Amino acid sequence: MSEVFGIPTQALFGQLLIGLINGSFYALLSLGLAVIFGLLNIINFTHGAQYMMGAFCAWFLLNKLGLNYWWALILAPIIVGATGVVIERLMLRRLYKLDHLYGLLLTFGLALIIQGLFRQEFGSTGLPYAMPQALQGGQNLGFIFLPNYRAWVVVASVAVCLGTWYLIEKTKLGSYLRAATENPQLVQAFGVNVPRMVTLTYGFGVGLAALAGVMAAPIYSVSPLMGADLIIVVFAVVVIGGMGSIMGSILTGFLLGLVEGLTKVFYPEASNTVIFIIMAIVLMIKPAGLFGAQK
Amino acid sequence: MLTRRGIGIAAALALSAGLAQAQISDGVIKIGVMNDQSGTYADLAGPGSVVAARMAVDDFGAAKKGMKVEIVVADHQNKPEVGSSIARQWFDVDKVDVIVDVPTSSVVLAVNQIAREKNKVLIVSTGATSDLYGKACTPNSLHWTYDTWSLGNGTGTAVVKTGGNTWFFLTADYAFGHALERDTEAVVLKNGGKVLGKVRHPFPSADMSSFLLQAQTSKAKIIGLANAGADTINALKQGAEFGIVKGGQQFAGLLVFLTDVHSLGLNIAQGLLLTESFYWDLNDQTRGFSMRFAKLHKGAMPTMGQAGVYSAVLHYLKAVESLKSDAPGDKVVAKMKELPTDDPVFGKGRVRVDGRKIHDMYLFEVKKPSESKGPWDYYKLRATIPAEQAFRPEKDGGCPLVK
Repeated sequence: MSEVFGIPTQALFGQLLIGLINGSFYALLSLGLAVIFGLLNIINFTHGAQYMMGAFCAWFLLNKLGLNYWWALILAPIIVGATGVVIERLMLRRLYKLDHLYGLLLTFGLALIIQGLFRQEFGSTGLPYAMPQALQGGQNLGFIFLPNYRAWVVVASVAVCLGTWYLIEKTKLGSYLRAATENPQLVQAFGVNVPRMVTLTYGFGVGLAALAGVMAAPIYSVSPLMGADLIIVVFAVVVIGGMGSIMGSILTGFLLGLVEGLTKVFYPEASNTVIFIIMAIVLMIKPAGLFGAQK
Repeated sequence: MLTRRGIGIAAALALSAGLAQAQISDGVIKIGVMNDQSGTYADLAGPGSVVAARMAVDDFGAAKKGMKVEIVVADHQNKPEVGSSIARQWFDVDKVDVIVDVPTSSVVLAVNQIAREKNKVLIVSTGATSDLYGKACTPNSLHWTYDTWSLGNGTGTAVVKTGGNTWFFLTADYAFGHALERDTEAVVLKNGGKVLGKVRHPFPSADMSSFLLQAQTSKAKIIGLANAGADTINALKQGAEFGIVKGGQQFAGLLVFLTDVHSLGLNIAQGLLLTESFYWDLNDQTRGFSMRFAKLHKGAMPTMGQAGVYSAVLHYLKAVESLKSDAPGDKVVAKMKELPTDDPVFGKGRVRVDGRKIHDMYLFEVKKPSESKGPWDYYKLRATIPAEQAFRPEKDGGCPLVK
């Protein structure tokens, strides 16, 4: 069998595929962050907690209301997105004119409070969430046994990412949104309700986090800390991709999934630091990020 | 919920207003429960260990005996530097006499140094590294509930003897994982098995699929999980997803707590072999203790770590009562080694010269969903490992206290 640096090529393909799967989560989460930052100028540190809320929402729907995974995919983003709308209306709205730091502090504080409340109620070990019947089992691709569920995660994530990119970059609604970021007064003068649009955008970004949470529920432990572990990495992804760049965050998400996957084969001990090393290098060479515009 | 507080915010519980005894330092016996109050190890130790410590103080009857006991709590966040600074603050400023519990071996080894330096007492229940009663042993520390050697010995021996003779280790990359891997590997080799490979994953790691794939490629019969808490849960959960068990490989959970099985659900955990020193449904005494515990802790049964805290605090107080003093630390520890232990958790036992508390260990198998009568009814007993064989022999540990 042929080998690359002592690793059989077949095994390497498997690892790359797994990297891609993890990249799907990074892409979905960083996409939500990029949308929120790009259009609201808020660094949403609550994102990890909202991802966790999505997973818990799925658990709650299944165990208390008997609504299965597919319902959760639709309902959880709406429910958690609605909490996002409330947060935006009551709190974030007051911060738009202030420095980024205030938004960061507020959302970070909220994240700690939300995580604390869930921990108080559910403990830290996590809850089991069964995989939907239709996606159990997997395919033997020769070089890897690919669980059907993971294949679904990649497909769904790519579809959602591209859909969002299209919505923001290519549709009329998207052009309003982008215009409102550049010059809210002018857009308002044309009769567009900018504050409502901003509120809904935040709700949408939060909904994306919740969607990622629902998709994560069957494979990771549904635990109050699941978001806290992930959010730092996702922030690094956004920074590497370029703050606010939609396509940048999607591509970087998948790319870094791959890089991390390779690190897990060649030097597993560094697999949770490699992203930060890349971040440091990118910031030194191209401070605006790989896909970010220099302002 | 009784208490859940951060660092520095200590929950003090004055159990008696009795007259301070002259021999007790500062007139009060101060017990510090240090563990993970909010992270990955919070359910298996955390606030439950505080409940257990309180129960021990009550059952000992400190108030009636005129002994004033206070319990303080801190969250070490599984970080050695946080644990060290709490320990210094507790010993120097807050006059804490004994630190108990301490999951996370890297924190254990750091606090161990400080307890020796300040001549206080450290009783480790949830922390696992067997170095604590080996090369890192001190006259001030005791290792109470279980350790990496006893886990590897229990599960490793049983698995190799039933045909699992080729192993691949998934190891948490810090002191605990390394120790557990080392101790289990020794057992595997001793019994004629082979280790085909190992991978060290960062602690904590949510995604285990890449490491599982490496284990799969190795073709080893047994995948030994030298990790704990959420890492073990994720590995088992994702292992089921990637068809590891269906592909003919088996997991050996080297450190699995009751709360982990509770979180996994029996569908995934069934058939798993594991070694513990305590299970709530062993006998009337353990059931009695556990029912009382569950009433105070949201209906959750105690893990062995939490039960161990109860046992440790009880024995510590007996030693202090017998000495009529809680200082200096090495004197108290010597007394604890001299007195035989007896409690509802572990029954009768003793503490060895190297600081190892010994009692029976048990090899359990996780029940099938059909065998379980409900929540927390998870284990069936496969074998009892007698106390004298359950832990590393004194002479093999390299502890300088053993002559």
